[in-house]
Amino acid sequence: MLLSVQDLAVSFRVGKVNGNVERAGAVKGVTFDVPQNSTVALVGESGSGKSVTAMSIVGLLPENAECSGSVLWKQHELLASSADQLRAVRGREIACVFQDPMQSLNPVMTVGAQLVEPLRTHLGMNRRVARDRAIELLDEVGLPEPARRFDSYPHELSGGQQQRVMIAMALGCEPKLLIADEPTTALDVTVQRQILNLLASLKSARGMSLLFISHDLGLVGEIADHVVVMRHGEVREQGSTERIFSSPADNYTKALLACRPTLQDHVARLRVIDDHMRDAVAARPTAKPKDPEAPVVLEVRSLAKSFWSPRGLFRKSEFKAVRDVSFTLRKGHTLGVVGESGSGKTTMGLSLLRLHEPSAGQVIFDGQDLLTLTDRQRQVMRRRIQIVFQNPYASLNPRFTVGRTLVEPMEIHGIGKDLAAREARALDLLLRVGLDPSAFGKYPHEFSGGQRQRIAIARCLTLDPEVIVLDEAVSALDVSVQAQVLNLLKDLQDAFGFAYVFISHDLAVVRFMSDEVLVMKDGVVVEQASTETLLAAPKAAYTQALLAAIPRGAASVRS
Amino acid sequence: MSVTSVELEPAASQIHSEGVWRAAWRRFATDRIGVFAATIVITFLLLIAASALGFIAENWEAETGVPNARPHFLGPAPVVETSVIAMPSGPNADLTELDPLAPRYAEWDAQTKQYAVNETTKAQTLAFGGDWRGRDVLAKAVKGSEISVFVGVLAALVATLIGTVLGAISGFFGRRIGDLLEWIYNVFEAIPGILLIFAFAAVFGRGMISVVLILGLTGWTGLYRQVRAEFMKHGSREYVRAAEAIGASNTSRMFRHILPNVSHVVLVRMALLVVGFIKAEVILSYLGLGVGVDDVSWGTMLAEAQSDLIRGYWWQLAAATLSMAVFVTAFSLMTDAARDALDPKLRGLE
Repeated sequence: MLLSVQDLAVSFRVGKVNGNVERAGAVKGVTFDVPQNSTVALVGESGSGKSVTAMSIVGLLPENAECSGSVLWKQHELLASSADQLRAVRGREIACVFQDPMQSLNPVMTVGAQLVEPLRTHLGMNRRVARDRAIELLDEVGLPEPARRFDSYPHELSGGQQQRVMIAMALGCEPKLLIADEPTTALDVTVQRQILNLLASLKSARGMSLLFISHDLGLVGEIADHVVVMRHGEVREQGSTERIFSSPADNYTKALLACRPTLQDHVARLRVIDDHMRDAVAARPTAKPKDPEAPVVLEVRSLAKSFWSPRGLFRKSEFKAVRDVSFTLRKGHTLGVVGESGSGKTTMGLSLLRLHEPSAGQVIFDGQDLLTLTDRQRQVMRRRIQIVFQNPYASLNPRFTVGRTLVEPMEIHGIGKDLAAREARALDLLLRVGLDPSAFGKYPHEFSGGQRQRIAIARCLTLDPEVIVLDEAVSALDVSVQAQVLNLLKDLQDAFGFAYVFISHDLAVVRFMSDEVLVMKDGVVVEQASTETLLAAPKAAYTQALLAAIPRGAASVRS
Repeated sequence: MSVTSVELEPAASQIHSEGVWRAAWRRFATDRIGVFAATIVITFLLLIAASALGFIAENWEAETGVPNARPHFLGPAPVVETSVIAMPSGPNADLTELDPLAPRYAEWDAQTKQYAVNETTKAQTLAFGGDWRGRDVLAKAVKGSEISVFVGVLAALVATLIGTVLGAISGFFGRRIGDLLEWIYNVFEAIPGILLIFAFAAVFGRGMISVVLILGLTGWTGLYRQVRAEFMKHGSREYVRAAEAIGASNTSRMFRHILPNVSHVVLVRMALLVVGFIKAEVILSYLGLGVGVDDVSWGTMLAEAQSDLIRGYWWQLAAATLSMAVFVTAFSLMTDAARDALDPKLRGLE
C-alpha cells in the first residue's frame, strides 16, 4: 500500500473563550488507502474536509491545525515526521497540483525558470541538464512548442496550458503520488476533458498514483478507480467507482449523483440533497412544454460589441468581442447561451443591459430600442431587465446589510410608498427566495455562496423585471447548491413568468433551464436551435465537441 | 435552505434597514477604546474652544514666574551663590563729602515717594514650570493647542476632502476627466513642496487660515493617488455593476457604494495627515510663513525648547510633546475605531 490514512482527524484552533481553546473540527476520523498505480478520488461539497485531508497528508496545513490518527507513506508515519523529513517527501515523492493555476504560478518569472528551480534544488541538476529536462516535461504534458514555451510568462499561456505547466512542475521529481486538488474546476469543459485525459495517460505511463479531489461526482467517475465520498468531515461511503455509481448505498451519495442535471432526461425540477437525506424519493415530473405563442419581450438584432486597445501612438486595434448576435425571447421562456471563456457570452449579456455600451445592433424591448433611449427613458427600462452575476461573493456590497441591498433599488425607482412598505416587500421577497427573515439585518459575509446568490436574485425581484439575465449564476456554486438555486429559478419563472437569458459554460445546466440555446465561440453564434434539436442533432463541430467533453461519469460506467 | 447554512439567530436580527453610516456609528459606540479616544479628542476640542473664547489661558503672555521657573513638583531652584567675594560686614563708609550727587539724594527720595510702587513677587515655581520669560508653560500648551490642532485637523480635512473627491472622480470616470486630474496631480507633485508652500504663502499672506489653506491645498496629492487607485479597482467590481444595473446614479455608486468600502484608506491617511500637518505648521512658523511671532503653537514651543533643553529646562519640551502625543494618539485610535466600525466583517470579533 502506497499511502494509508487511518482515522485521521483534523481540527483548527479558532480562538479562546474564557481561557478554553475553541476548536472547529474539519475532519473527523477519515480512513482510506491509496494503492500503487491507481486513482483515488475524494468527493464532497465545500466544507466537507476533502482538501484539509489532502493537505494534512503533505503537512501543508496552517499553524492552528491539530492532527490525530495516522498517515502512513510506505509504512512510514508522516504525521510524526520532522519538518525536514516531510520536506524530503513533499515534492520528491508526493507532488501537488492546485485548483487555480494563475494563482499558483509566479507572474514575473518565466515558466521555464519556475520549472528548472525544483529540478536544480531537489535533484541537483546543472543548468543545461535541468533546461533539457524541463522542455522534456513540457512536451510530456502536451504543451505545443515546448522549447518556445519555456521562455513564456504565465500570462502568455491559456488557463489549460498553465495547468499543464503546473502538472509538469509536479512531475519534475518523478513523484509516486500526485495530489490534484480540484485541478480542472477553474477550466472550461473542453480543456477539462484534455487535462483529465492527460492525467490518466500520465498515471498509466509512469505507474504513479493519483489522489483526485473534486466536488463533481460525474467528473470523478471518469478518472477514478476508487471513490471516497465525504461530508462534514466524515466518510459517508467508499468503494470502487463501478460500485458507487451502479449501486450507491448511502443516501448522500445517491443525492450527489442525482442533483446534477444530465443531458439524458429533461425534468421539471432537480432533486436536492435534503430530499434524499429525508429519503423522500418523489417522482420526477418531466418538464411541461411552454406556450410557443407567448408574447415576445426581447428582440435582439445583430448586436455587436468591440473593444479598442491602443496600438502605438495614434492607432487603435479593434477586438470584436461579440459579432452579429440575434435572437427573440418570449415571455416565460429561457434562452440558454453556451460557450467557453472568451466566447463573448458575458459581454453579450452585459451589453443587453448597456453595462457595456454595444457598438452596433438593436435591443428591442417592448417596441423600444434600448440602445437609443435617453438616460431618463433608460432608467425606467432598467427596472424591467435585470441581471444576476456569477460570483455571489463579489456582486453584493459588503458594507450593506441585506435589507439595505434590497431596499435601495426600490428607493431609486420609487417602488412602495414609504420605507415601511419597502421593507415589508423586501422581507416578503426574502421568504420567497427561501431565506429566513432574520437575514434582513445581516451582512453578505455571514452567508454561504448559495444563500448570497438567493439574495442577489431577491434584489432583482424587487424591481419586478420582465427579463433577467443570469450570467453564470450557478457556476460558482457546489453541484448540490446549484440544484437548489436552479429549482428556485424555475419556480420563480413559473410564478412570475420571467424570461431568462441563461448564460453558462455548462451544457447540462443549460439543458435543464432552457427552451432555446445559442452556442457561441469567439464572439460568433455557431449554432442556434431549440434545446431538444441541439442535443439530439448538433450541427456545428464545436457543439459536438462541447457535448463530448461533458463528464458523464455515471452514464459511461452504466453503458 | 442551503446545506451549508449558517446558524440563524432570530434574536439578534433587527428588522429595519440601516444606512451604512448609521450602522457604523452604532458599532463605533460599542468600541470602548474608540469611545475613550473620541472623548479625549473632544476634550481637546472643548479646551481649544474655551481658550479661543478667552475662558482659560487668556493671560498666557503674563510673566508670572521667574525665568525658567521650575514645576511645582520639583520645588524652587536651589539658591546658588553667585558671588565668591564675601560681603564685608559693618556699616557703609560715609562718602558724603566726596559724592557730588549727595546733596540731591533727599530731593530724589521725596520725588520717588510720590509714585506708588507695585512690585509683584514672581513665583519661584509654576504648575508645570515656566519658559525663559517666566510664562506659564501649561497655559502656553493650552493656548498653543488652539493653533496646532486647528491647523492640523482643519488642513487635514481640507486635504482629505480634495483628495477624496478628486480621487473618486478620477478613478471612477477615468478617460478624459481622469487624464486632466492626473495632469493637475503631476503639476502639484513636480513642484518641490516647500516652493509650492512659498508660492501659496505669497498669495494668501500670513496667518492661521492661510496656513490651513496652504497645507490643505498642497497636501492632498498622496491621498488622491491612493483613493484613485481604490476607485479604479472597485469601479469594475460586480457589486458596483449590480448597483448600475438597478439604476443607481454615478454619485450614489461613487459615494454610497464604493466610498464606505475604501474608507479605511481615507481614514488612515487622514490620521497621518493630521500628524504631518501639526509638524508642518512648526516648519512654516520657523520659516516665518506660519503663525505670527506673538502667537503660540506647539510648534513654536518646540522651537524654543531646543535651547532650553541644553540648560536642563525640559518642561516646555515635555508639555508640548505630551500634548501633541496624547492628541495624535487619541486621534489615530479614533480613526482606527471608525475604520473598524465601517467594516461589518469585524462585527462580533471585539
